[in-house]
Amino acid sequence: MREAAGPRTLFDKVWDAHVVTRREDGQSLLWIDRHFLHEGSFHAFNNLKGRNAEVARPDLTFGFEDHYVPTRVRDLAKADPAIRGMVEQLRDNAGRHHLRLFGLSDPGQGIVHVVGPEQGLTLPGLTMVCGDSHTATHGAFGALAFGIGASEVAHVLMTQTIWQKRPKRLRITVEGQLAPGVAAKDIALSIIAAIGADGAAGHAIEYAGPAIRALSMEGRLTLCNLSIEAGGRSGMIAPDETTFAYIRGRPFAPEGEAFERAVEDWRALASDPDAVFDKEVTLDGAAIAPVVTWGTSPEDTLAITQTVPDPEKAADPARAAHIREALEYMGLRAGQKLTDIAVDRIFIGSCTNSRIEDIRAAAAVLAGRKARVPGLVSPGSAKVKAQAIEEGLDRIFMEAGLEWVDAGCSMCVGMNGDLVPPGERCASTTNRNFRGRQGPGSRTHLMSPAMAAAAAVTGHLADVRPLLEGRMPAGESG
Amino acid sequence: MEAFTRLDGLACPLPFSGVDTDQLIPARFMKRSRAEGYGGYLLHDLRFDGEGRPRPDFPLNAPDRQGARVIVARRNFGSGSSREAAVYALVDYGIRCVVAPSFGDIFASNAVNNGLLPARVAEADCEAMLAALQAGAGDITVDLEACRIELAGHAYGFEVEPVWRTKLLNGWDDLDLTMSHMDAVKAFVAADAELRPWAAPRQAG
Ligand code: SF4
Repeated sequence: MREAAGPRTLFDKVWDAHVVTRREDGQSLLWIDRHFLHEGSFHAFNNLKGRNAEVARPDLTFGFEDHYVPTRVRDLAKADPAIRGMVEQLRDNAGRHHLRLFGLSDPGQGIVHVVGPEQGLTLPGLTMVCGDSHTATHGAFGALAFGIGASEVAHVLMTQTIWQKRPKRLRITVEGQLAPGVAAKDIALSIIAAIGADGAAGHAIEYAGPAIRALSMEGRLTLCNLSIEAGGRSGMIAPDETTFAYIRGRPFAPEGEAFERAVEDWRALASDPDAVFDKEVTLDGAAIAPVVTWGTSPEDTLAITQTVPDPEKAADPARAAHIREALEYMGLRAGQKLTDIAVDRIFIGSCTNSRIEDIRAAAAVLAGRKARVPGLVSPGSAKVKAQAIEEGLDRIFMEAGLEWVDAGCSMCVGMNGDLVPPGERCASTTNRNFRGRQGPGSRTHLMSPAMAAAAAVTGHLADVRPLLEGRMPAGESG
Repeated sequence: MEAFTRLDGLACPLPFSGVDTDQLIPARFMKRSRAEGYGGYLLHDLRFDGEGRPRPDFPLNAPDRQGARVIVARRNFGSGSSREAAVYALVDYGIRCVVAPSFGDIFASNAVNNGLLPARVAEADCEAMLAALQAGAGDITVDLEACRIELAGHAYGFEVEPVWRTKLLNGWDDLDLTMSHMDAVKAFVAADAELRPWAAPRQAG
């Protein structure tokens, strides 16, 4: 059901191409091109079992062992039985329904949002869903990708479709050029600070502008990944030469003539010049500094040069209450300099920042230096790990005194047992600084991989820029 | 799914913003089977201390809030992870409606799929309701037909997506409806294969 012509946005074009039918009440039934599953899908499979139903399109459904997998000892027999059970459940379900599974022993194993793009499963113009809120990541390719809940997972498994209400459209334009030492993570957190953790609720985001165009695919994936932390279920970037160059030659991507034909279609996906958005936000890329979070929401973001906020100076009582509770949980004082906050450990990993550029950015800061605190580095996939080893980056981390482990969600959510102990403070490249996210009582400060490396080297939250003098990798923007 | 038309019950204030789904159910409980019930894990780390004792100052633990069916909270309720277990925890605990100025998008659709009403209210109304509850009020009426809440002698309007309202009022399940459109799906797939030949994954896997 291609809809009427007229200026359309990137989002409109992808959405319209997937509408199977529309209900009177405005809900659309969308066709889904890719459905990704992880260990958490067991509720949905139980639902199928209850109805004696089959998976409608096993060829479009892919499984990933990531949320619960151990990152230190890969032998499941040695894992906690409850954790082993979660992984085995996924294996059973994938086996029963003949799904391609990227399991622990697969050379392509890794975090679902790292592996999808890496394998060429993620393509422009596709609709993609996964029972994980960071599915927006794949929007970096100009796909309409969004997280869904277990009931919806079951529905997609059984029908390869989903009912959705058309969201509103929000364009976030980042003008200008990023300063050295500023990464995609800093853009994303600065956006969330500007519009709030619910600022994009009900909206499909499109990221645009010169600072976005200049980002590598890795940087774009980081940016789109954090759309949900601004409340947006999806975030997209129009595909361009950077996108096509990344996709070419990937295992599941079209090749030869099919690829050329695809590129032609993909070029046409960009928003029409006169397309209208329901809401527009513009940021100056040159004004973005390296940032960290100080509180318990991603919107609690400040430039590293600033001080911890004072609840007494907050604009409204609800905000004041939030600041007060956050400071208490985080063990911080109003007015304290951010760079005076000592950390207990660091974590580099998660679907937000575990791609090869992220690993390189952290290694550039750590090379020839020692970490003052312990830390864990978990590359996003077995392929990222192999690439890093080939470049000798693993040695940099180990010589700095950090632990270099295997791929998985790891300390992002701690489901596999990689936890931040209660009361400890972690400089982390993950996506959520929620209370207890990295373990009960854990205190998380979100930042870019280079900033996490700077925290490792100094033992406190630190501005990475002076540490980069004389060693900036050219064109770094990870 | 159980239909939702009107609810008369006890409300509990939860005067926090950004009650994310990691709070609603911490990750470590998500390995459990739903058959055991998730109600005991609802807001676990806020409700209980490190030794598993109820924290006396946490609103849901107050003696006069036992059996609450409605929660009134500040903005961005249910943000974060897509875990539907967050909704299971609320529903299994007995909650049928959460009132807040804004909700996480995925949480809200998960809620509706489980018969839990996410009722969106104006920020000022939310503050007024919280104040009334904190002053001792408890009995609340949530009328989904009229999109109206009554609390402590005041009436407040609320909003919910019209399609969600219809679904909740009727207790509808999407799947039956989708099955009735399977011919349209087949036709779509056939036409789409011509229009986007590149969309299928290349390798058989
Ligand atoms: S790394 Fe974290 S956010 Fe990403 S998929 Fe895994 S648990 Fe989810």
